[in-house]
Amino acid sequence: MSLLELFLGFLRVGCFSFGGGYASVALIREVVLSHGWLTEEGLSYVIAVSESTPGPIMVNLATYIGSTQAGVPGALVATFAVVLPAFLIILALMAVLRRFVENPWVRAALTGLKACVAGLILATAADLLAANCFAEQRPDFLALGLTLALGALYFGFKPLFKKKLSPIALIAIAAVLGIVVYGV
Amino acid sequence: MVKRMKKRKLLWQLFSVFFKIGLFTFGGGYAMISIIEDACVDRRGWITKEEMDELVVVAESTPGPIAINCATFVGARQGGFPGAAVATLGIVLPSFLVIFAISRFLDRFLEIRAVASAFKGVKLAVGVLVLDAGLRMLRRMPKKPLPVIILAVTLALMLLVNFTALRLSSVVLLLAAAALSLAVFAAKKRGGEKP
Repeated sequence: MSLLELFLGFLRVGCFSFGGGYASVALIREVVLSHGWLTEEGLSYVIAVSESTPGPIMVNLATYIGSTQAGVPGALVATFAVVLPAFLIILALMAVLRRFVENPWVRAALTGLKACVAGLILATAADLLAANCFAEQRPDFLALGLTLALGALYFGFKPLFKKKLSPIALIAIAAVLGIVVYGV
Repeated sequence: MVKRMKKRKLLWQLFSVFFKIGLFTFGGGYAMISIIEDACVDRRGWITKEEMDELVVVAESTPGPIAINCATFVGARQGGFPGAAVATLGIVLPSFLVIFAISRFLDRFLEIRAVASAFKGVKLAVGVLVLDAGLRMLRRMPKKPLPVIILAVTLALMLLVNFTALRLSSVVLLLAAAALSLAVFAAKKRGGEKP
């Protein structure tokens, strides 16, 4: 296993993964399986781990595979490679965007893009909330109740206490709530 | 001298804020939009609300995880290249350390009951945060016919995709939305109407 191979493989993942984590799983799968870095079963395990640990799924996979294939240097090289394209593209785009953002054509395109992204995010929210509150076509009333409680806490905090509840605090509260409700 | 001290303080702040965000990014990119907006717009004013929306559009239309895109963008806006570098390092580091430890020492990570339970709770919160991110963008959207139509069609199509076996890439929708708004803009211009 050469570090160069890890670098190039994850550079490819970083370059061509549009639309966030889950959309990019197909590409990751192809790269990872074709190099024999993980078996199909191993990959599902690592994806499941990625879902329950912080950080983008792509970065998690790069670190995990780098580490198991080539130790600390492998983990560093693979993680660096997966992050690099996004980093460089944003820097390049910002240099351009700043100059063009006042252009009326760019403004017009941005208005449409913003509306589209808002739609994408709302659809994702609906999908996530439905997936959480329904298990195998049946409503999961416990999850539904907890979601409503968390939503009421988050959206109701500001009107009640004149101060916003930070999203980080909400996640921390939800983790504790999960342990209390679902047990250890 | 004072300037250099200030710069160093800013870089440290960027690193620590994004490290904290990196610790709490669960469940794909969208949940972290709420976290980034809370930390960088509401609390620190590092970028404006309008820039936040542009950032989300850029992150969505470029490759790479949204989290990385956001960190690089805010870091660069505040502190140039060094700012972008430390913010990106900050957001990656927590996940790097956690996964590295798991790959080395924790074969049976998913079998730890407390982890599974905590994560079940976190997943519920992630749904709420993604909803918040969407609602914020909706609130700031100009309530004109074109954006409203684009939003409604996108939402309807994606819901159809989510709940049926239909396949449709968000990239296609983004391209169509941009093309449609440009076409409408061009038509208005030609008609002599001030868009």
